[in-house]
Amino acid sequence: MINLLLFPILIPFLFAAILLFFPKKVKAQRIITIIGLLTALSSAFVLLWKVKTDGVQSLTLGSWAPPFGITMVSDMMSALLVTSSLLIGLFVVWFSFTSIGIEREKSFYYPAILFMLTGVNGAFTTGDIFNMFVFFEVLLMSSYVLIVLGGEKVQLRESIKYILVNIVSSSLFVITVGYLYSVVGTLNMADISIKLADIGQAGIVTVIAVLFLIVFGIKGAIFPLFFWLPGSYAAPPIPILTLFGALLTKVGVYAIIRTYTLFFTTDIGFTHELLMIVSILTIIAGCIGALAYFDVKKIIIYNIIIAVGVILFGASVMNESGMMGSMFYLIHDILIKGALFLLIGIIIHITGTSDLRKMGGLIKRYPVLGWSYLIAAFGLAGIPPLSGFIGKLLIIQGGFENELLWQSIFILASSLIVLLSAIRIFIYAFWGEEKGALDFHPKTYRHLLAPTITLVVLTVLYGVGSEYLVPFMTDATAVLLDPSVYSNAVFGGGK
Amino acid sequence: MEILMSILIGFLFMAAVYLILSRSLLRIIIGTGLLSHGTHLLLLTMGGLGGKAAPVLSDGVTDYADPLPQALILTAIVISFGVTAFSLVLAYRTYNELGTDNMDLMKGTEDND
Repeated sequence: MINLLLFPILIPFLFAAILLFFPKKVKAQRIITIIGLLTALSSAFVLLWKVKTDGVQSLTLGSWAPPFGITMVSDMMSALLVTSSLLIGLFVVWFSFTSIGIEREKSFYYPAILFMLTGVNGAFTTGDIFNMFVFFEVLLMSSYVLIVLGGEKVQLRESIKYILVNIVSSSLFVITVGYLYSVVGTLNMADISIKLADIGQAGIVTVIAVLFLIVFGIKGAIFPLFFWLPGSYAAPPIPILTLFGALLTKVGVYAIIRTYTLFFTTDIGFTHELLMIVSILTIIAGCIGALAYFDVKKIIIYNIIIAVGVILFGASVMNESGMMGSMFYLIHDILIKGALFLLIGIIIHITGTSDLRKMGGLIKRYPVLGWSYLIAAFGLAGIPPLSGFIGKLLIIQGGFENELLWQSIFILASSLIVLLSAIRIFIYAFWGEEKGALDFHPKTYRHLLAPTITLVVLTVLYGVGSEYLVPFMTDATAVLLDPSVYSNAVFGGGK
Repeated sequence: MEILMSILIGFLFMAAVYLILSRSLLRIIIGTGLLSHGTHLLLLTMGGLGGKAAPVLSDGVTDYADPLPQALILTAIVISFGVTAFSLVLAYRTYNELGTDNMDLMKGTEDND
């Protein structure tokens, strides 16, 4: 089963291609999408197990020797990310059945989601820098379609900005790959890693490192490159927002962590210091935004930016606990952002508004929704038994080990603001007088609640059972901290 | 030769940035077109402009141009072609729906605070 690591990429792609043939048959579309996602998800779990037992998997397409063909590499980090992205895809599709509306479902909604998952999984798995650009474009093209699908005025206006920002950042990606190619003369990531280690500390390499930070920073929404995100993400409907919020920025974060642990390890004093400063500023910007708005969507959107900062801070300290904390927090954030967006999606469906001041008193009629929102909010802030705790604990431990006292205290303080911003939604929406028309069709409510509750339960299990995940995270961290494991797997396993 | 190309690419980037920062949507899209031209020329230049023959195997030729950047450029061209087509149609739809191509009039949402 040497092609196993391609299955999570190829299966969504194949099913998306099949779905293109009969866009009007909504029922068939739904069934086939679910079958496709379940197949892909089970292959991802098998892959996860394979990586756990046999170590890093690599496959060079077309049986070329490693640096010459396109190599796909699945280490523990990418296997975990692939699994959680398919998981989120499954929940979003399940939620979409009741939420997205028949008109959008007839207009290639499900194929676009599957193509986006193809791009996301490809970007997580690829071992070739230009191939990563191509997979970025695959996921971006599908995200353009998803963000504008429906053609409301807000969507049109915001998608223009989204597309322009991404065209510029994609051009910058190609420019950076061009510079890197002229320095090392190869595109294979393992080979680049070896060649850059031979070159050692050179000015041009640092410049390329900063350029990569800018490119992936635009995708991953770091300070000061996050300006496009709040407006664009607020435009599309909730399931699409969930998919974007949970996955798209994480691809940028993954790419930053991958390049900064695999390529640019020679001038850590400058590059990782820069990454750390930028991540702290990202957290500040996110905190300000999360407190500034009365719009539920905007509050959670700014929480994405905070989480990106926290993950990158953990990666920038470059020690074992920091990196492991980042891995824990990355997967946690994918799940919890998915759950939170689905929860506020239900709130918006019930109240018909996303303005906090126009809603209130939901707890009497919708107690299950209220308490699961509270659990998710505590999980987001990192209250001990829940999912956000262990990641942030390890990140802060990593910070203290590198004697970054103030920065670590700052991360702790940001948790309070995260908690405040999430609890504010709870207080406004669920406490107080009942406002507006709350008569919501109970069947629709149940159908929306089922995927949401399942996802919340999953995040709770992730937090409670984090002890069982430690071996997986240790494997992921080992590859990140020692690039030679990665390159040995590519050059040893592909023959 | 590489120096000349670099200067030319620099001018393309300059023009692209100037156009992208302008107000009219069509000028912005023309700017992205120039940006991708500059990018593709940069890929070609960064691969080195040496090599006497086109990278097609033939008898008696030993000095070929680097084939890899050409493949990369071909990929990047079709991708940027697809994205440009999409953004042009989007600009057309936006003009129909919103009745303006002025980016200054396209900000914020009505119910935003």
